[in-house]
Amino acid sequence: MSLISSTSPHTTGKTDTGAFMRQVLYATLPGLAVLTWQFGWGSVINVLWAVLVALLSEAAILKARGRPLGFYLKDYSAVVTAVLLGLALPPTAPWWLTLIGVSFAIIVAKQLYGGLGMNPFNPAMVGYVLLLISFPAAMTRWIAPGQTPEPAQSWQLFLGQAGVDGFSGATPLDTFRTWAGNASELSGHAILHGQFAGLGWEWVNLAFLLGGLYLLARRIITWQIPAAFLLGVAVPALIASLVDPVRFAGPLFHLFSGGTMLGAFFIATDPVTAATSRLGRFIYALLIGVLIWVIRSFGGYPDAVAFSVLLLNLCAPFIDYYTQPRTYGHRKANRGVGS
Amino acid sequence: MADANYKKITMDGLWNNNPATVQILGLCPLLAVTGSVVNAMGLGLATLVVLMGSNACVSLIRNYVTDAVRLPAFVMIIAAMVTVIEMLMQAYTFELYQILGIFIPLIVTNCTVLGRADAFASKNGVLPAMVDGMMMGAGFLVVLLLLGGMRELIGQGTLFANMQLLFGPVAANWEIDVIHNYGGFLLAILPPGAFLGLGLIIAGKNVIDKRLKDAQKARASDEPKVSRRVRTTGKVS
Repeated sequence: MSLISSTSPHTTGKTDTGAFMRQVLYATLPGLAVLTWQFGWGSVINVLWAVLVALLSEAAILKARGRPLGFYLKDYSAVVTAVLLGLALPPTAPWWLTLIGVSFAIIVAKQLYGGLGMNPFNPAMVGYVLLLISFPAAMTRWIAPGQTPEPAQSWQLFLGQAGVDGFSGATPLDTFRTWAGNASELSGHAILHGQFAGLGWEWVNLAFLLGGLYLLARRIITWQIPAAFLLGVAVPALIASLVDPVRFAGPLFHLFSGGTMLGAFFIATDPVTAATSRLGRFIYALLIGVLIWVIRSFGGYPDAVAFSVLLLNLCAPFIDYYTQPRTYGHRKANRGVGS
Repeated sequence: MADANYKKITMDGLWNNNPATVQILGLCPLLAVTGSVVNAMGLGLATLVVLMGSNACVSLIRNYVTDAVRLPAFVMIIAAMVTVIEMLMQAYTFELYQILGIFIPLIVTNCTVLGRADAFASKNGVLPAMVDGMMMGAGFLVVLLLLGGMRELIGQGTLFANMQLLFGPVAANWEIDVIHNYGGFLLAILPPGAFLGLGLIIAGKNVIDKRLKDAQKARASDEPKVSRRVRTTGKVS
């Protein structure tokens, strides 16, 4: 009989970054599939082009910084950033839009701060906000449901050779924002009345919810962030819509419109830029959710996942400071003025 | 100080102690008005003249004002200089004056101006003080122009647009349309573009400084070493 002695840790699971990131990539597949079904091949083209740009930008700047290329490219973090940004961009995005957004996300938002693990802001959302405030027209051209372009037309849109007038239309969030408070207009727009939320977008969000549940089941993410995120959107939406259903959309509409599910399960859960303690994560995501509802209802933009995530990224260290868990055997640290 | 080192004053103002990239002073106007070359040049020249004038006046009264009241006195002088410039701009470059708006009177609060008055002019003669004011102003102007050029080029695809606001009808066709049919890149014109641009300029200056220092060190290390000491890091230094 031989006694095998080994030192801790005794876990045997794979915990390398690349494996985690690949799981996230698999989980985006249902969302990508439904986006393609609803809006044509634009999203697939976006994602593939974004991945190419991301890998090239990452390789270029790693070389400039004198870091090993293979090691960092194999962790798939640049690919995840690119895929998330590619999914968030409208399917009509021309090639240069994706190029600017992704290269800015990788070079400025990620690598200039020191690379993976050092960036205070979610790179994909920095790229998205950069594009949204720089090119508001190109960033709001979503395909109208039922106007799905042919693959060849999607390709032409990508090359910037075709006009988007035949395909583009307001999203459900856009439409509601335009007509909020006008009961007859709200009931007249078909896009607001899908099976249970906005037309087309309900399936997109459902698919991202599915992917998110897969991530939860694989324990890639913990439940605090998505749960608090969705709660933060749904609770104010429920209260406000009970008070004034014509002025404010209901919780189901908010949960299954725009980037809610993508944000809750894929964007806000980024382990680098989110708060780290359990309570901290809950507060962090709850505030993102509330902020999304506030901006959607009262702000100048129809959707607000990117802005809200970036704002709370900024608050994450502060939240962490006040929610540090007690270490076993020690008293709770004395923080702030109250205690 | 009769033997003022004008070469050092010049190098300090333009490079080693540049108000914008090293002292990081006067950021409010620097970031706010550098949307185009003409705005940057207008504000930069105004600041330069104010700096020269205030440095000269402060230097003249430096032996008659006690330490306790020196700062209020300096601020009064600076405010007077700024008012003169403001009225001049109102008279001769009215459109530019309207574009720059509050940032002309705000030169009073530009820390570079008060900083140079207190740190240099109040301890030096009139001529060195004026040269210092000119060089500090020139250093500030160069950074303003660089940032204004970057933001105008990336934001609108042009350079030197609307220069007639500053130089009269002669400059009406100075505009260079660098990129034709440019859609515009709003971020560069908006405030974030200013922060990003200044960050890149400061980073660029630091890179150049580091290269120069490394080159100097390499030259120095060619000389034979007198003694060597082994550190615990294992490196021989």
